[in-house]
Amino acid sequence: MKLNELPRILPPWAETLRQRLFATPLDALATLVCLYIIWRISVPLIEWLLIDATWDGTTREDCRSSGACWVFIRARFGQFMYGQYPLAERWRVDLLGLLIVGAAVALSWRGLPRRKEASILALIVLPPLGVWLLYGGWGLKLVETREWGGLMLTLFLAIYAGLIAVPLGILLALGRRSRLPLIRFASVVFIEFWRGVPIITVIFLASLLLPLIMPTGFNVDRLARAVIGLAFVIAAYMAEAVRGGLQALPDGQAEASQALGLGYWRTMRLIVLPQALRISLPAMTNEFIALFKNTTLVLIVSIFDLLGIAQAALADPAWVGMNMEAYVFAGAIYWFSCFGLSQWSRLKEKRLQTAYGR
Amino acid sequence: MRVFASAVSAAFFVVASSAGAQQLAPSPTLDAIKARGHIECGVHLGLPGFSFANDKGEWTGLDVDYCKSLAAAVLGDATKVKFTPTSVQQRWAVLQSGQVDLLSRNTTITFSRNATLGVNFQGINFYEGQTFVVRTKAKVAAVKDLADATICVAAGSTEEKMAADWFRERNLKVTIINFQKNDDAISAYDQGRCDAYTAGIGALAGQRIKFKNPEEHQILSEIISNDPQGPVTRWGDERWQLIVRWVLNGTIAAEALGVTSKNVDEMKAKSANSEVRRLLGVEGKFGEMMGISNDWMFNAIKQVGNYGESYERTVGMGSPLKLPRGANQLWTKGGLLFTPPFQ
Repeated sequence: MKLNELPRILPPWAETLRQRLFATPLDALATLVCLYIIWRISVPLIEWLLIDATWDGTTREDCRSSGACWVFIRARFGQFMYGQYPLAERWRVDLLGLLIVGAAVALSWRGLPRRKEASILALIVLPPLGVWLLYGGWGLKLVETREWGGLMLTLFLAIYAGLIAVPLGILLALGRRSRLPLIRFASVVFIEFWRGVPIITVIFLASLLLPLIMPTGFNVDRLARAVIGLAFVIAAYMAEAVRGGLQALPDGQAEASQALGLGYWRTMRLIVLPQALRISLPAMTNEFIALFKNTTLVLIVSIFDLLGIAQAALADPAWVGMNMEAYVFAGAIYWFSCFGLSQWSRLKEKRLQTAYGR
Repeated sequence: MRVFASAVSAAFFVVASSAGAQQLAPSPTLDAIKARGHIECGVHLGLPGFSFANDKGEWTGLDVDYCKSLAAAVLGDATKVKFTPTSVQQRWAVLQSGQVDLLSRNTTITFSRNATLGVNFQGINFYEGQTFVVRTKAKVAAVKDLADATICVAAGSTEEKMAADWFRERNLKVTIINFQKNDDAISAYDQGRCDAYTAGIGALAGQRIKFKNPEEHQILSEIISNDPQGPVTRWGDERWQLIVRWVLNGTIAAEALGVTSKNVDEMKAKSANSEVRRLLGVEGKFGEMMGISNDWMFNAIKQVGNYGESYERTVGMGSPLKLPRGANQLWTKGGLLFTPPFQ
């Protein structure tokens, strides 16, 4: 009994560790087994990724060590980012990237004067400006979409498909709950059709069937077809996410607003949608992350997104066999992008909670 | 009325056929190419040695080189070609819908494709065929030496069936080890679980350099299956098909006649061989007969090289793949490459 009365000499952090990880013999065993597994996995991984890796050089001959050959990524970095976009024109992609990041940062700063007008302006001006910067014309050199590729193309697909899908999804969700039978029917048909078709089929049909049935000379760019195909599918999913938010709202909200004399659109815009979108934001983010990863499916119609360009690089005899490096690099970019997105969405959720919370 | 109609059509036929003797058949594809200023060539998404983008983003490879030769022959400039990478699933549709003028992408020529897909194959630029990769120290010279060996294959693949049949027909005993996935079969071979791994010769060349020690492995030049590959065009537009076919023949003829990118100027100026003179446009008007410049093959050879130069640079000894010529050698040197005469 005396033992128990001895004062603990462990510092507080160690005490916490003991309580959480070594409370009972079974806990201690589990902790040790887990630590051992982590050790066995992480040591070779870190050795391969960092310690034994080769960073400097220009060819595969420079990679003599057993670790990763990051020389490959360095030699191909431009292609991983821009595809075959002409070197002299890559500043246009960078500029657009800066504009988008700048706009996003500026607009998330709540002290920005006239923030609402600025966001609408950015949404109206930036997308067409972006297409002009990337594609060219009107003074800029034309860069065909077949030369686009890599991360830039992945982001383009996700952002532009998202820009179409979010408003379309909201409209479809409203349409599905509309009192007008025709609109409701059309929305249901659209949603159920696009939700029921695998994305890969949509992309395939958009890229192959359309040119076959279209009259010759009438040619929609294949990248545009892929963007629209992706957007329609995601819009259908978005619509269901938004509908979830709409259904979660008590009917009293819309009824009260109508009692105040607000019409349908003002009710939706001022009362219903702000609340419904807040509820459905996690689900919509989820759809958007799914969209971001689904952009890789465009590879089957030979559009080289980030993953496609990684695979194409593996076909170069000078670098053949660098599968691990290519996939680890591409995977890391996808992971960081998706993680960033979900962090952004959580931040947004928190802000909306404080804005509307009681 | 019907009599009148048939009389008109008969008259039209006479006029048309007599005109055909002097005039060229219409070629919408060639007209479109000249109008847009470049050839649209469908290539493989990425196949080591045959079609891939190098570090600078330029398309390179044996199949790519052919399209460059074609651009040099038709438009006088080997850079006037744009490449559309095509996946296995979309290749036919891309060709049929007119998005490309031709495919040059490792596609095996088969009867049923020719008969049912509305496409024509315009010759052979690579004799692909199944063969084996073995360790150099095993001293295997021919496929029959693999008797009593173990061979790694992917379960259910055509290669598995082909290899099993080949050895059974010859009453040779081999042990075939099946793997769920092709990659597993490859790594099992690399780790020494099998004496050989089997696939197409072009695929093996790309595979060999992935092994831990590529120089310890050799690819047998004997092939046990027959998968010839070459440029593909749509049905219709015979004049375009003619050009596609004879540019390929021209690159092979150039090698047989000893015309290379280095000596082509000298050959054009000095050669007394009349086939060389016709090939390079000094004698006859072969280019004009197809509606292109008489310098067609001169440009193609000068800018891209003959078949042998292209082969060595892309898949042969001048490339990391180090694939011997094998069946893709001239018929005069024990290979299968053959071209009808330029007469």
